[in-house]
Amino acid sequence: MELIAENLRVTRGYRTVFAGLGFSVSEGGALILAGPNGAGKSTLLRILAGLLPVEEGEVRFGDVSLRADRGAFVDHVVHTGHLDALKPAFTAWETLAFQADLYGAPRGRIEAALDALDLGFLSDQPVRVLSAGQKRRLGLARLALIERPLWLLDEPTVSLDAKSAARVAQMARDHCAQGGLVVAATHIDLGIDGAARLDPAAFAPGESPSDFSRDDAVLDGDAW
Amino acid sequence: MPFLALIRRDLAIAFRTGGGGALGVAFFVIAATLVPFGVGPLPELLSRIAPGMLWIAALLSCLLTLDRLFQADVEDGSMDVLALSPVPLELVVLAKCIAHWLTTGLPLLLAAPVMALTLRMPEVSYPAMIASLALGTPALSLIGAIGAALTAGMRRGGVLTAVLVLPLYVPTLILGALAVNASAMDLPAAPYLMLSGAITLAALPLAPFVAAAALRLAIR
Repeated sequence: MELIAENLRVTRGYRTVFAGLGFSVSEGGALILAGPNGAGKSTLLRILAGLLPVEEGEVRFGDVSLRADRGAFVDHVVHTGHLDALKPAFTAWETLAFQADLYGAPRGRIEAALDALDLGFLSDQPVRVLSAGQKRRLGLARLALIERPLWLLDEPTVSLDAKSAARVAQMARDHCAQGGLVVAATHIDLGIDGAARLDPAAFAPGESPSDFSRDDAVLDGDAW
Repeated sequence: MPFLALIRRDLAIAFRTGGGGALGVAFFVIAATLVPFGVGPLPELLSRIAPGMLWIAALLSCLLTLDRLFQADVEDGSMDVLALSPVPLELVVLAKCIAHWLTTGLPLLLAAPVMALTLRMPEVSYPAMIASLALGTPALSLIGAIGAALTAGMRRGGVLTAVLVLPLYVPTLILGALAVNASAMDLPAAPYLMLSGAITLAALPLAPFVAAAALRLAIR
């Protein structure tokens, strides 16, 4: 199955972040989102995850259109964002047990998911005693727990040491090798063969992405 | 089952970080105990105003935990994980409302007789009081979820939640207090109890939809 985005346009506040953005990622392929802060990398990933509405344009995964059938589209996606979605009171194991129940994944996969991110020895430790890097890894363990083809990773290696970052990169490569798709905003090289690169800033209308002045289109009333 | 897992999770969080329902009950007891200090210990006066005071104390203790109902999940990113799960967001809201009621509404049912005694409520109206709380407090959690969802994306939404939600609690408050008052005067409480239950039944399917729509905006 192929992920196709066409002619995407996004407005955040009064600013058009990008317009006319499009790409396609084929089975086993990867797309690396690069670009300066504010270029719209996180925004694009949240759109692809179905967390932000598609204002204009179209996103399809295989035959499933995000706009027409958000539920079916989202069932193919796992998204990890800036926040790790952890509760300090739960242990690492309990965190994944809840996510497994919620997503209908077998609990038998929890140990493997913890081991995949080298968290097995922390499985009975409460999240509140974990370090920032360990929390980030536990947040990423969802990728191994819920088997879904399309991974949307927003800065997955932030606060990870070199060894853990390499582990995450290896996970992404393995996922692609098994026919999965990865769209990642990252500043380190995940080392995926044939990964395409996209800078959303290249689709920013007119002004540079760091310029927060109101977009002309909005002032003209086009966006309303 | 995902729905039960959601309820279990919220109950576990409530018990591990907020003492479960104990804090809400303590607040309820203190708020109701303040009344005799404020209005004087005259038994006739206290037993006259006891139903209203109990219900007002119940509303306020429900509000205590309401503003964190969704806010905590929005702040730590859990709401994204919930929103992307196969469970519809409406059911997520309903599960959280049930967990909220189990940790705030249900303990009040157990604490209410003690407070009724303190406030010299006539014994004959105890059944009506318990029934009115049992039928009315679920509506407090459900309607409250709407206010909590509307303020979920805000840093300090607590007071705003209260301002949004308390006016919506008025019908439940009136009917609940009326049921207890009626039984104290040997009048049938059933009509008020039924209307109170009707509000809960109406809120049961409606509130999750409204709250879920507000949450979708909160995580944008």
